[in-house]
Amino acid sequence: MLSRTASSLYWLGRYIERADFIARLVEATVRLDVLSPRPAGEAAWASALAVTETDEAFKATGETITQQHVARFLTLDGSHPGSIVRCLDMARNNARAVRTALTREAWTAINRAWLIFHSRTSPGGATATLGLVDAVKTEARGFEGAIHRMLRNQTTWFIRLGQAVERADNTARLLDVKYHLLLPEGEQIGGVVDRDQWTTILQTVSAVTAYRWLYSEGLRPSNVIDLLISRAELPRSLAASAEETLEILNLLAKRTGLHGEADRMARMRQTRLAKTRSGEVIASGLHQYLQAFKAENDLLHEAIGRQFKFS
Amino acid sequence: MGKTRAFDEIMGQSGSNTPRPELAALGQWLDETPDVELRRRQQSAEATFRQLGITFAVYGDSDASERIIPFDIVPRIFLADEWARLSEGLVQRVEAINAFLDDIYGERKILKAGVLPEDLIFGNPQFRPEIAGMRPPHGIWAHICGIDLVRTGPDEFFVLEDNARTPSGVSYMLENREAMLRLCPELFREFRVAAVDSYPDRLLETMKSVAPHGSGQNPVCVVLTPGHYNSAYYEHSFLADSMGIELVEAADLVVDDDIVWMRTIAGRVKVDVIYRRIDDDYLDPLVFRPDSMLGVPGLIAAYAAGNVALLNAPGNGIADDKAIYSYMPEIVRFYSGAEPKLPNVETWRCREPQALKYVLDNLEKVVVKLVDGSGGYGMLVGPTASKAEIEAFRAALIAEPHRYIAQPTLALSTVPTLSDSGLAPRHVDFRPFVLTGSKGIQVVPGGLTRVALKEGSLVVNSSQGGGTKDSFVLMDDGTAQRQTMGGMTQSQASS
Repeated sequence: MLSRTASSLYWLGRYIERADFIARLVEATVRLDVLSPRPAGEAAWASALAVTETDEAFKATGETITQQHVARFLTLDGSHPGSIVRCLDMARNNARAVRTALTREAWTAINRAWLIFHSRTSPGGATATLGLVDAVKTEARGFEGAIHRMLRNQTTWFIRLGQAVERADNTARLLDVKYHLLLPEGEQIGGVVDRDQWTTILQTVSAVTAYRWLYSEGLRPSNVIDLLISRAELPRSLAASAEETLEILNLLAKRTGLHGEADRMARMRQTRLAKTRSGEVIASGLHQYLQAFKAENDLLHEAIGRQFKFS
Repeated sequence: MGKTRAFDEIMGQSGSNTPRPELAALGQWLDETPDVELRRRQQSAEATFRQLGITFAVYGDSDASERIIPFDIVPRIFLADEWARLSEGLVQRVEAINAFLDDIYGERKILKAGVLPEDLIFGNPQFRPEIAGMRPPHGIWAHICGIDLVRTGPDEFFVLEDNARTPSGVSYMLENREAMLRLCPELFREFRVAAVDSYPDRLLETMKSVAPHGSGQNPVCVVLTPGHYNSAYYEHSFLADSMGIELVEAADLVVDDDIVWMRTIAGRVKVDVIYRRIDDDYLDPLVFRPDSMLGVPGLIAAYAAGNVALLNAPGNGIADDKAIYSYMPEIVRFYSGAEPKLPNVETWRCREPQALKYVLDNLEKVVVKLVDGSGGYGMLVGPTASKAEIEAFRAALIAEPHRYIAQPTLALSTVPTLSDSGLAPRHVDFRPFVLTGSKGIQVVPGGLTRVALKEGSLVVNSSQGGGTKDSFVLMDDGTAQRQTMGGMTQSQASS
């Protein structure tokens, strides 16, 4: 396989996953905004900018932080490289470059999402925004289904590798929302607002029911952190993403004979995550833990690029 | 022009009500199939093309950057004996083109014999002094040729243009046939149509046959594309996919010690044969345009060292240039020693004062073309042009006569075509494809028929509102034939 093809497939996976994540983030923020007492609701939108590290870029647009402005910025702003519409542009460009490697179903899922976003100029109010981001989630699910029906070879593995690496990054960012989201004055940790915020994060990763099954007790922040970091049963947890990354690297090594630094890093991360306890994470600082995790994930990304000669 | 009675390839005469006797069955099919049904099938074909992304880009048209070429459901049909004669003419012409290229970049016997004026070659931007003296592996230059033809009568075919660089359109020949097999299977029971679906196999055979010596049993072949922003990207990916070889961009290739390698996840792999769909100008920034981002530095050096075959060879532009075109009859005579079987369209070279005078006096009757133009741009069709357009061309001709040629406006043949108001004759041209490898030359039994969808129009270019049709080549009785479709093989009952 050409290195460029492998690289395009990997990036295709990353951008689809990222579009899906930003959709989930916008969805969560609409909800957090509604839950928070006025005027502090805008803090929710500020935190969405913080976790995507786009607060500076947003400030440069000169807009005020309101639902309308930030939602547009994150979904439809063609001049903002982190918007959903731009992620879909990039995903579609990569898909076109490897057109013959994809099945028609996989291609049309991307193309449909792209067409939906290119026909809209404004996300509209809260309800319309939720409808728009739901459309991305639907097509991303369609794409996911399509690649599981493709030949189980390097093509699908590189796409899934990109998805797994991106998902690890995204879940870490999502969990970090809580760090940026200060509780309103007078609210207590463990109070009503705090609980709602944690519930929203669970909803974003489609894990409310999973939480009930796994913990059979009321909502406790330390459990949510445990679920999202170290429970490999949850597909979007850091542990599951790390496990999937390692699995796919193993499959690629078996088929192509290529293994090295990326495999070692993925293996080490996997071992460490299995031993991680949420109590220790909280004690030593959740935000710091997540920052370190993201930095390590970036290093793994670079190692993958070197191993398969992407550049 | 629309008033002239043109030859109709199905009906014999435009506007006639009875088809040519050999094609009575098609006439009957057209009579019996209601227009709504034809239209439904046509839309179904176009819907498939859109989903598959068989699109092309119109440069300078950002709004509709991805469009499909309109498809017409009524096929154009060549009888077996018409095709046999046409093929002989095509073989003779392509052999002459190859001989001419080998000569002009080598010994230049044709110049020494005084057949062509020297300045026509050395003053021509299509002549590449950089590659003079280089000889492609096996001495073949124009491996894939598309010869554009027009027709004015039952046996009157003329070459309008030779394409010896990177002719496109073959994917339409194949996709149009797929659509016809699916939508109008009854026509293939009625007519014994030669199959075209082996084209990718034949192309791959041609590529392998010209691999440099020492490439081994299984030479590595690739298709080189400028990338997915190119207007013909679909065709590039389609051909690579149907041959089962890699579709590479310049960045995937690296030249080291005069060897071409492609970068794969498992490291470098040596490349032996490249079907390049990039123009000479952009092929290698070290030799041609230094600002090219699409090219591979060192590619021409590897080619000169005989380590890689390029299809088609660099420098071919000198053979299909419009200024050279008018000398093609002499070129064919010089190399084949025989009279050309396929005539040229009469051409006035405006560089010659007498010809220029005639053209200026008859601007409203002739077609004027830029010597280095293509795609139907930079062209004047006298009979349909406005006064202002004619005067603009008059000024341009007087200023730079050497940049233009002129031809009479031909009564191009028509084929019934589904228009908004039902079936109506529309003008067509034809591009057959000729493959030349080290084991011989072959004419693919089919080709790309382009049709001017506007009534009376003679401009068939897709960028100017043209469409395409399937082109049937009928076979002599007694030849077994098979059409394959979607992996299943369908034997055709003889009629």
